[in-house]
Amino acid sequence: MSFPYFPHTDDDIRAMLDRIGAGSLDDLYSDVPDEFIFKGEFSLPEAMSEVEVRKTFSEIAGRNRQLVIFAGGGAYDHYTPAVIPYLVSRSEFQTAYTPYQSEVSQGTLRYIFEYQSMIAMLTGLDCSNASMYDGATAAAEAMLMSVACTRKKNRILLSSALLPQVIGTVMTYAKYHGIDTGLVAMDGGMTSAADLERQLASDDVAGVLVPSLNRYGIIEDLSGFAEAVHARKGLLVMYSDPSALAVLKTPGEWGADIACGDCQTLGMPLSSGGPYAGYLACRQEYVRKLPGRIVGQTSDMDGKRAYVLTLQAREQHIRREKATSNICSNQSLMALHATIYMSLMGRDGLREVNRLSYGGAHCLYERLLSTGLFEPVFDRPFLKEFVLKPSVPAGQLHGYLSDKGFFAALPTEEGLVSFCVTEKRTEEEIDALVSAIRQMPGQDGK
Amino acid sequence: MKSYDRLVFELSREGRKGYSLPKSSWKASLSSIPGTLLRKVPLPLPQVSEPDAVRHYTCLSGMNFGVDNGFYPLGSCTMKYNPKVNEEVASLPGFASVHPLQPEDTMQGTLQIYHELCRALSAITGMAAFTLNPFAGAHGELTGLMVMRQYHMSRNDMKRTRVIVPDSAHGTNPASAAVCGLQVVQVKSTADGTIDVDDLEPLLDDTVAGIMMTNPNTLGLFETEIRRIAELVHACGGLLYYDGANMNPLLGKVRPGDMGFDIMHLNLHKTFSTPHGGGGPGAGPVGVCEALAGYLPDPAVVQDDDGRFHIVRNPHSAGRISGFMGNFSVLVKALAYIRTLGRGNIRMAGPLAVLNANYVKESLKDCYRLPVDRICKHEFVFDGLADTSSGITALDVAKRLLDFGFHSPTIYFPLLFHQSVMIEPTETESKETLDAFIDVMRRIAAEAASDPDVLRQAPHDTPVRRPDETLAATHPVLRYKI
Repeated sequence: MSFPYFPHTDDDIRAMLDRIGAGSLDDLYSDVPDEFIFKGEFSLPEAMSEVEVRKTFSEIAGRNRQLVIFAGGGAYDHYTPAVIPYLVSRSEFQTAYTPYQSEVSQGTLRYIFEYQSMIAMLTGLDCSNASMYDGATAAAEAMLMSVACTRKKNRILLSSALLPQVIGTVMTYAKYHGIDTGLVAMDGGMTSAADLERQLASDDVAGVLVPSLNRYGIIEDLSGFAEAVHARKGLLVMYSDPSALAVLKTPGEWGADIACGDCQTLGMPLSSGGPYAGYLACRQEYVRKLPGRIVGQTSDMDGKRAYVLTLQAREQHIRREKATSNICSNQSLMALHATIYMSLMGRDGLREVNRLSYGGAHCLYERLLSTGLFEPVFDRPFLKEFVLKPSVPAGQLHGYLSDKGFFAALPTEEGLVSFCVTEKRTEEEIDALVSAIRQMPGQDGK
Repeated sequence: MKSYDRLVFELSREGRKGYSLPKSSWKASLSSIPGTLLRKVPLPLPQVSEPDAVRHYTCLSGMNFGVDNGFYPLGSCTMKYNPKVNEEVASLPGFASVHPLQPEDTMQGTLQIYHELCRALSAITGMAAFTLNPFAGAHGELTGLMVMRQYHMSRNDMKRTRVIVPDSAHGTNPASAAVCGLQVVQVKSTADGTIDVDDLEPLLDDTVAGIMMTNPNTLGLFETEIRRIAELVHACGGLLYYDGANMNPLLGKVRPGDMGFDIMHLNLHKTFSTPHGGGGPGAGPVGVCEALAGYLPDPAVVQDDDGRFHIVRNPHSAGRISGFMGNFSVLVKALAYIRTLGRGNIRMAGPLAVLNANYVKESLKDCYRLPVDRICKHEFVFDGLADTSSGITALDVAKRLLDFGFHSPTIYFPLLFHQSVMIEPTETESKETLDAFIDVMRRIAAEAASDPDVLRQAPHDTPVRRPDETLAATHPVLRYKI
């Protein structure tokens, strides 16, 4: 027996069994009833060498098609500085466990502290946790938190303008947790303030979740929302694209109590859907209800500045079923990714990313309308993503464009199509996309 | 390196930058967005050059300890070697550049990975079907319990809202149950740490949704009464949930599906060699028996008769539990590990982990107190030093180990003992490494008698020494303030 990940020689095994007083490796399972020892053949392929693994996985990866990304829908094709994968893949970061032993985990603890600081800056709120699994689960946890933070209220409201996968995930968590839910209608592509006001009247609403950039890419005007929710003693929770918060009014400025969203826009590769990371931030008064890991600054026995996991009285390994959440990890390496990204980009870089995305998206919007094959739907300000009404069936256009090498014109439930432009897209690519659309068979817009 | 004490904010100077973006001549400008929608508050992110950032984070990495640095006997965490080829294939551009909402026919490779990993995990665990959407072990627990509840609800059996959890269980078990809206009922352990079947029996009635078990349990002991427990729980209409945190010793040897479990989760970052990443990203796939397959969360991947893969939603599903379909690149790594092991080597993984654990236990049980002296599986628990006269605690032992280049074991868990020291040496550790660890543990036991202060003051040789956790909690400083 010899395998690269198992260091044991036959002599080692014999010597170790002798020390234990066992005759064979099988003897070490003498406490397991024989009927449960698996004696069959695993239906798995034979072992592959590293050469074969490389070849096999390259072939599988080759079955994916790399498209030019002109759509978002919750995952965005932003630029990843070369530095990030280089640093994030360092063994000392990658092969460490959750930083329980703070003396040998200061690297992890410090970058999480930096991450929390940067998320607080972006959202305009006081504190952030160490990150969540993704944006959708961060939203679900935020809504559970809103119920825990308010008294005798067990209903949450979600804007219909949120991404469908965010609504779906929050609904699932709420259903099993036993929280009542309601959807706030839309008005002209935005969350309806009038419908919100109507639904708040029942006085049982703990939290209201609204997007800042919504499912159509529209920048929502949330004037009066915080006042309306607070008047009924509920919490306003905002779902925001963290990259966009470098230029858009922050959850703090809108008067939100909790902010959540997906850090994927902070330069994370699309990666077939993950890993990304969710963020969750709140005002100071709610920090003890915040789920997940939190890192705090302190000093060590020599008086040196040091960082530790803190406020652990909230957490499951202390509180068990009374914990604020069951989450006992974070997406640590992805939080590191986001932290390095924000360090490199800084205020000006993030602003520039938004400026380029905005410019490209508005160029594409005009160019598409000028083909005569689309109608505008909402006359609202948007940032990098927008919807149009196509003159051909949405699914057909989407499929045609993917054959031409584009991920674009993502169909919505209403038969609209969604486009997105990031700083990575060039004028030539926009030209190519528009010209492919013009050449789509069955259209008269040539 | 040891003296490095900077935060990236402290390196910032107005006018520096670390990014490189293309120029463009777009006409539209952000200033056309109404001012009421724009940020007014300053954004004091750091302004650093690229070399500054690289040096800063490289220095931070030097203040960390990972599996690649040395032995990491952290009980219940399965800190095995993370193969490098897995990292390489997971970051192939063909996977990394795919958008999760791309049309199915443009992401057949991604869907193939998903489907093949489901099938491989089914083969290894004896469960009929898997979802790979859960992001972590605790997320898997929650998902599994949702499936459990969905099953009962779909049968209109609405009163099953209690879940039985052993007192020795991981803290996430009761916490996940609570998030899932279930009431936790604790079942006692016997003196040897296994479930007390006499205590369990009276708890079983038609309000029980199921039981959550770890097998082997948190003492590293196999629950030998599992057959009887399965019969009792099934007889009352409940389901058995298997917490896969302790799956490693059974890898290649025992399948949870064969033991009568209906639902389980796996931690790919434990049993299947993907890196822990300082706390994530991991993955917590959930497997179920045939009867529950239709309740797994959305979306799922199926293969048609022509070999094409499709993303589907199930009408009876427990619902959506994630934005997309899990931590995909972690899934690639786990599949690469399974392919590297193959059907033969996988049979050795569990047994070698068990060999290592028993070897360390037998080599140290004369100087550390072993409350339950029997064959263990992947891990075992000492209750402090055999000679308690020095007053040296589990914490002191754990901190002193750091001085010798070993990570600490898990301490003060499980809660069954006052001075728990939980040690898990995985199958990727050599006899020489274990012998060196055993020598150091014996030396520490001797120091407890001869020079206890050196232990109480430990660690001596780390970037910081015993941070003040009380201060951190009573005066929280959770962010940098300029």
